[in-house]
Amino acid sequence: MDKDNTLALAPAATGAPVTLTGAEMVIQALRDQGVTHIFGYPGGAVLPIYDALFKVEGITHVLVRHEQGAVHAAEGYARSTGKPGVVLVTSGPGATNAVTGITDALMDSIPLVVITGQVPSHLIGTDAFQECDTVGITRPCTKNNWLVRDVNELSRTLHEAFQIATTGRPGPVLVDIPKDIQFQKGVYLPPANVQHRSYKPKTDPDPGAIARAVEMMAAAKRPVFYTGGGIINSGPEASKALRELVDLTGFPITSTLMGLGVFPASRPEWLGMLGMHGTWEANHAMHDCDLLICLGARFDDRVTGRVAAFSPNSKRIHLDIDASQINKVVRADLGIVADAGKAIREMVQVWKAKKKQSQPLKDWWAQIETWRGRKSLAFKNSDTLIKPQYAVDRLYELTKDKDVYITTEVGQHQMWAAQRFKFEQPNRWMTSGGLGTMGYGLPAAVGVQLAHPGALVIDIAGEASVQMTMQEMSTAIQYNLPIKIFILNNEYMGMVRQWQELLHGGRYSHSYSEALPDFVKMAEAFGCVGLRATSPAELDGKILEMIAVKRPVLFDCRVDPMENCYPMIPSGAAHNEMILSPDDGGEVSEAGKMLV
Amino acid sequence: MNGEAVERHTITVLVNNEAGVLARVIGLFSGRGYNIESLTVAEVDPAARTSRITIVTSGTPAVIEQIEAQLNRVVPVRRVTNWTAEQAGIEREMALIKVAGTGEKRMEALRMADAFRARAVDTTHTSFVFEITGAPSKIDSFIELMRPLGLVDVSRTGVAAISRGPEAM
Ligand SMILES: Cc1ncc(C[n+]2csc(CCOP(=O)(O)OP(=O)(O)O)c2C)c(N)n1
Ligand SMILES: [Mg+2]
Repeated sequence: MDKDNTLALAPAATGAPVTLTGAEMVIQALRDQGVTHIFGYPGGAVLPIYDALFKVEGITHVLVRHEQGAVHAAEGYARSTGKPGVVLVTSGPGATNAVTGITDALMDSIPLVVITGQVPSHLIGTDAFQECDTVGITRPCTKNNWLVRDVNELSRTLHEAFQIATTGRPGPVLVDIPKDIQFQKGVYLPPANVQHRSYKPKTDPDPGAIARAVEMMAAAKRPVFYTGGGIINSGPEASKALRELVDLTGFPITSTLMGLGVFPASRPEWLGMLGMHGTWEANHAMHDCDLLICLGARFDDRVTGRVAAFSPNSKRIHLDIDASQINKVVRADLGIVADAGKAIREMVQVWKAKKKQSQPLKDWWAQIETWRGRKSLAFKNSDTLIKPQYAVDRLYELTKDKDVYITTEVGQHQMWAAQRFKFEQPNRWMTSGGLGTMGYGLPAAVGVQLAHPGALVIDIAGEASVQMTMQEMSTAIQYNLPIKIFILNNEYMGMVRQWQELLHGGRYSHSYSEALPDFVKMAEAFGCVGLRATSPAELDGKILEMIAVKRPVLFDCRVDPMENCYPMIPSGAAHNEMILSPDDGGEVSEAGKMLV
Repeated sequence: MNGEAVERHTITVLVNNEAGVLARVIGLFSGRGYNIESLTVAEVDPAARTSRITIVTSGTPAVIEQIEAQLNRVVPVRRVTNWTAEQAGIEREMALIKVAGTGEKRMEALRMADAFRARAVDTTHTSFVFEITGAPSKIDSFIELMRPLGLVDVSRTGVAAISRGPEAM
């Protein structure tokens, strides 16, 4: 069938109201919002929207194989571009399948607009076929959601949805549209800068607070920047401003898992990631500092360790766009509610204008160098077995000069990737931080590759995680997306096994990856390329082969099954109680065993 | 932030009166494990389509601070006021209280109601329904006094709160 471009859509944002069906309004609103790609899966309750989509050009719809995949792909797209990701799914199972991805986006502050079909208005509440209370189910996992009851409210709601998803602290929103509303005609309004009745995020920093922050920084003897994903969400300019602030002050800097890339890993001020699997130097600097400057991070439990013992002698500055984060976990001596980029730029300006000088930091840096000297990421390599750390190192060395984007699944491989892959820029690292969703990385890679067709997009995966959303390989084939799925196959849910060793006497209850598929044959069955490496000697050659192939690749990298991820702060321990190896003891307290 | 004393606070939330807004506010409390001791909600300005939700809650100062901050994040929330912390507000609650009995107990109930300025809004030979308005603590006391006198049923509205003086919330 030919596309018939007869859909009477309005020219973008002319301001003149036009009459459209609800389904057409959805497409028009997407166009007016500058959307070029959407991820979705059809079904009865969204057929009118799919029909409208069929009649227009300029919007690429990516047909996934499971709605969870659509949401993760949209997340990858969003996180790697800074634009909102858009998802279109049907009612009932379509909506419930999307819930994991939506929750993931909420936890990691990823801007998404999810559009769901709903049974026709007159059937709502009757247990109709494929009816579910989508707004009820997604209320706690969206920034806001709407059930559209009137076609004349639809365009305003959609524009509002984009505004709310992308401004303030970004997050997922959902618009549920009953099928009758999709057929009805009504007045379409283009996006206008209407002031929302109650939603007014604060983004400009209070000048007094910035001045105080600068004074505190200039007085600090043992300062550290603790940065996070908020800086990435603020846009690349924020990372630039941060570099300038580090240049001016000479302070050491660490980041959360979500913040990797905000500061170049090659710079001497970079301490590596902090937290449960962070570096010795980053965690000790956090523990011993006298000034903690938290920029766009939220004192997550993976970061703080035991809160009562967290950074006991520091004053804390906490910058966040979301006021509820300040004083939530630890008290801040100075809270700044603002966009990270704006606030950091202001700090740079004020520091320069007041011709501030840092305190002599020689002793502090000497201390940090001693910690660095512990080489907490070192590992014992092997001639016969591929150590997972070695595999990540080789992957990094062989791809670092390329235009590379990394996604991950969840587990040990994710932590090894975070510790060892070095990022020089923001938006290059896509991982499920807050929710820790196995199955995130493969569909996220689909979304990233779609947004960056020429780039090298690699999912550093675990053999267990990757089976959760493996079907999206088929999507990659359909859309010619040459993603590389680099599986650190240790035949275990390694992270679970590691915790069972630490907490449960080494009883490996259901953490062995039994009955694994042959990933090479599986790759071939999907129509992509399968590669396998079993010895360190052949690893480089196989990685180079993977890079050279311009098609999707499943790479089965057989690694040492028993390797564990260190360093580690055992649950319930403090930053300065971290362990470097299994020989370090790492007794977990009774209280710690309760933690996740 | 442990070891702080639990305090009782009255918080008023002015919201856009749209579908799901109450569920959003209540879901926040249940989802994050905050207490709700009482809750009242009604539209207060049909022209502006605003409703006013008044919540009596309890928690440590840190928890109360989080409750306010979390409420402020909710998209259809316009304003949050913590009466207990920010300014002296007037708090009132209404209750309907049914007492059944005869003889001396019945007379005693009537005398008490009079002392509390409660009105009998339904009377039979064997029962009264009293309407009482006041601070929640006054209603608590009245209910306790009625208990040995044949208390049968209680219906309370929850707290409504407003500021003193000429200004709006
Ligand atoms: C959807 C989901 N289910 C369960 C978990 C708990 N979990 C965390 S890591 C992990 C094991 C992951 O195994 P694998 O993908 O092989 O990675 P490895 O740790 O071996 O590198 C599990 C089960 C999770 N994070 N997500
Ligand atoms: Mg594994």
